[in-house]
Amino acid sequence: MLGTSVVILVSFAYLGLLFAIAYYADQRADAGRSVIASPYIYSLSLAVYATAWTFYGSVGRAADNGVGFLPIYIGPTLMIALWWVVMRKIVRISKQNRITSLADFIASRYGKSALLGGMVTVIAVVGILPYISLQLKAVSSSFTTVLQYPEIAAPAALHVSLPQDTALYVALILAAFTILFGTRHLDAAEHHEGMVAAIAFESVVKLVAFLAVGAWVTWGLYNGFGDIFERTAADAQLKPMLTPFGGVGGDYSSWIWLTILSMLAIMFLPRQFQVTVIENKDEKHLRKAIWLFPLYMLAINVFVLPIAFGGLLHFPRGTADADAFVLTLPMSQKQELLALVVFIGGLSAATGMVIVETIALSTMVCNDLVMPVLLRLRGLGLNQRKDLTGLLLGIRRGAIVLILLLGYVYFKIAGEAYALVATGLISFAAVAQFAPAALGGIFWKGATRRGALAGLAAGFGVWFYTLLLPAFARSQWLPAGLLEHGPFGIEFLKPLALFGVSGLDQLTHAMIWSMVANIGAYVGVSLLHAPSAEEHRQASLFVDVFTWPGEARFWRGTASSPSLFNLLARFVGLKAASEAFRDYARAHGVERPEADADLVHFVEKQLAGVLGAASAHIMVASVVKEEALTLEEVRTMLDEASQIVVYSHRLEQKSQELERASQELREANARLTELDRMKDEFVSTVSHELRTPLTSIRSFTEILHDNPQLSLAERERFLGIVIKETERLTRLIGQVLDVSRLESGRVEWHESLIDMREVIEDTAASTSQLFRERNVRLERNLPSRVPKVRADLDRIVQVVVNLLSNAVKFIEPERGRVEIAVAEDHGFLRVDVRDNGPGISAEHQEIIFHKFRQAGDPLTGKPQGSGLGLYISRRIIEHSGGRIWVSSRLGDGACFSFTLPLAG
Amino acid sequence: MTTPRKVLIADDEPNIVTSLEFLMKGCDFEVRVARDGEEAMRLAQDFQPDLLLLDVMMPVCDGLEVCRRIRGNPATRGIRIVILTAHGRETDVARGLALGADAYITKPFSNKELVAKVRSLLQPAP
Amino acid sequence: MAGSDVRGQRLAALCLLGLTLFSYPVLAVFNVPETVAGIPLLYAYFFVAWGSLIALMALVAERPD
Repeated sequence: MLGTSVVILVSFAYLGLLFAIAYYADQRADAGRSVIASPYIYSLSLAVYATAWTFYGSVGRAADNGVGFLPIYIGPTLMIALWWVVMRKIVRISKQNRITSLADFIASRYGKSALLGGMVTVIAVVGILPYISLQLKAVSSSFTTVLQYPEIAAPAALHVSLPQDTALYVALILAAFTILFGTRHLDAAEHHEGMVAAIAFESVVKLVAFLAVGAWVTWGLYNGFGDIFERTAADAQLKPMLTPFGGVGGDYSSWIWLTILSMLAIMFLPRQFQVTVIENKDEKHLRKAIWLFPLYMLAINVFVLPIAFGGLLHFPRGTADADAFVLTLPMSQKQELLALVVFIGGLSAATGMVIVETIALSTMVCNDLVMPVLLRLRGLGLNQRKDLTGLLLGIRRGAIVLILLLGYVYFKIAGEAYALVATGLISFAAVAQFAPAALGGIFWKGATRRGALAGLAAGFGVWFYTLLLPAFARSQWLPAGLLEHGPFGIEFLKPLALFGVSGLDQLTHAMIWSMVANIGAYVGVSLLHAPSAEEHRQASLFVDVFTWPGEARFWRGTASSPSLFNLLARFVGLKAASEAFRDYARAHGVERPEADADLVHFVEKQLAGVLGAASAHIMVASVVKEEALTLEEVRTMLDEASQIVVYSHRLEQKSQELERASQELREANARLTELDRMKDEFVSTVSHELRTPLTSIRSFTEILHDNPQLSLAERERFLGIVIKETERLTRLIGQVLDVSRLESGRVEWHESLIDMREVIEDTAASTSQLFRERNVRLERNLPSRVPKVRADLDRIVQVVVNLLSNAVKFIEPERGRVEIAVAEDHGFLRVDVRDNGPGISAEHQEIIFHKFRQAGDPLTGKPQGSGLGLYISRRIIEHSGGRIWVSSRLGDGACFSFTLPLAG
Repeated sequence: MTTPRKVLIADDEPNIVTSLEFLMKGCDFEVRVARDGEEAMRLAQDFQPDLLLLDVMMPVCDGLEVCRRIRGNPATRGIRIVILTAHGRETDVARGLALGADAYITKPFSNKELVAKVRSLLQPAP
Repeated sequence: MAGSDVRGQRLAALCLLGLTLFSYPVLAVFNVPETVAGIPLLYAYFFVAWGSLIALMALVAERPD
């Protein structure tokens, strides 16, 4: 079965199958019905980590020192536990910032530095070359081995000339295949769904193949695990391998470094970055991947030891290459089908790695190395060209071919120097150099571009010197003396024992020194200068990716510190803005706030306190926006906005004022309505009071006029009434006018010094008629000397007359007695008018001083008078500075009193 | 020979009462006088006048209330009522008429006018 | 995302656990020529420890929010 043609046919058939799967998946992706949007596919695609190294090399390593192969897988398991924090952050960052490759990631973080991107690309390509050569070696060796069937020969130093070199063919075929796979068209986000589907498939294939051969060796060739290990224990040479950690220091230190190395490799191998980050369709897939992927690695390693020991036991020492046990064991037992399956498994593992790795690398070469250079060369006028797709694809294809050829070249030069695993570890060490810059970048905002450049350069330099150079030296391409005595004989700089540190295995030695150089330069140079505005903005985007709701694109504008300051000052005032900026500067340890994402975010938060979150966001966005908005436009917008704010404040105030004003208005209105009503009442009452006497006057005069036959007595009577009513009317009119004048303040007061005795004498005389008519006695009770008061004489007379006539009016005739008295009273002159009339009830005592109010006794009929007398008296007295009141008990007379302030 | 018409005068102003009395007596009507609203209602019931001269502003019970009650009382419903008002207020007049008064006179009034109104109200309708 | 924070912390703890499980002092304990079920102790330990770690990671990762 294992004839050349069969093998080649099956190989091509398998590759064709892979291609078909990829093609189908791409079609589905284009139709929007992706096949790879499953966490299981995602996890399987991550298993591209297991390459020919895993397939062949693990057994080889195990045969060497037992468990020495395990750290390569345990390391990633441990790292993956941290993925929930670290990888999720990287994935989120990459999605938000449209990262297309590892170089893109690092370059983007450090201010979108093209130099850094180019450097990462170069390091990646050079570093991965050994790894690629490893795959080429594996495929060609396995091919040759299989073809040698039934002979089992270690295909050691097969120096064949170029055209017959299987590896070259393999390289070229793989190149072609990869080009077909990954560069049929360009995807804006660098998604290669077909590729992902294909490698998920081949992960299954290689697992199945390995499990198959493992199972066969364990239970087919031997009788189970116990059997193999027993036999190993029985073998004196092999027994020590059962307790592999012989020496305390040596083995273990390499163990540690191997673990660390693999932990970094699972992150920063370009192909791993590609499938884990770039090709990730859903962040949530990480949840399953976190345990499915380690489980896969466990599964594919379960049989490594049995196969290794089985092979060691089976083949006499030194006759078979342990790397090939997986193939040679079945072959030795004529298990042709199994051998073929194993071969395909190995092919699968190798092609998976090569495809993904070269696609990832070619993307980097195209985007981060070649294109930046080409775009800078103005002579090519690339900026004017509308469609660069053809150019890009061409560059990528060229890169793929170049990389594979270089891989082949490395294979030729140094491929025989080390076993597979050792070769792979050289690549691991190379990509580990990315760790400080990449991991530091997502956690440390202070990391600068220069720091990253320095770190990468130093680390890569040391790596090259301590790992790559020796490989070339071992393969005779460089003088071996280099290794022995150092460059130019400088012992101190021996590639394998820098600065005299010896006794470490090569890898550990290289790792220690490269990491020291890398991290040292990275941190040291970063701390020398503060990050630039651009760097700081990117740093914030990366480090704070979980704290921001994802408006990353937004910040890709230029903001100026002054414009941000002015924006803030506009709304919080100059003083507050200055303070805020000072605090910010202090908190960030800078002299003056740089216009970066942090500052913008800060200003926005401050503004949100004034304008609200949404408006603040819009305000800041317009200031920061890249396109079009000139500062002038922004100022206009801000003016409008601030005016709106001011207006709304004013509106608030105005509406409050309005509220108050309308309240006052309502009260005033109520009062006016009341006054109006009172006026109406007054007017109607006055009119009534005036019309009443008028009615009598008119009626009687008319009677007198129409009835000449009236008797004299009647005539006299009626005329008398007319006269009286006329008087009444006159009086009333006078009073009404008085009231009107008093209320409107149009009274002319003629003040003079008054002798009250005179006033009383006068008024007594003028009212004597009234008293005589009703037969009421008037008594005067006056002291001999009465101090003078200052008031209007006529008015006071009016008051006294009013009081006297009131007293007379209500008194019982015949027995009535009115007494008027004057006395001094605490700086006032008091006048009392006492009568022995019916008295005034308590409830009337106040209201009689009101307009039109009278204390009428229904039995005695309607009282004479208008009801205005006392009101006017009160006005007069109060105007003169005194008081007027009445004290009375019903049935016991009344005493009206008023006071006037003494003059002088 | 017709029964002499009975007129009830209700006003609290004595002088006005005097003049009204004179006028009504001069028409050969039988006249009674009430000085307040309560008295007016009582006399309306007892005296059963054909016509009532009713002053609006009266103590105890004002004229409008008297008017309403008299109208409401079946015994006195047929009495003609003339309201006398010294106010210029239209509301009084309107209310009075709404309450059932037959006519109104504003003070001061012309004697001739008053007498004419009274006579016309006491005329049997043709 | 408090749930994620807790998950992240727990997983980080598992990472530390793994580092200790596979650290020299612990490995030295098992580095003896004993066998369990015919399998050398050290190797058995490796795979059992590794498997258990993965199982724990699965538990923590797949726990609903």
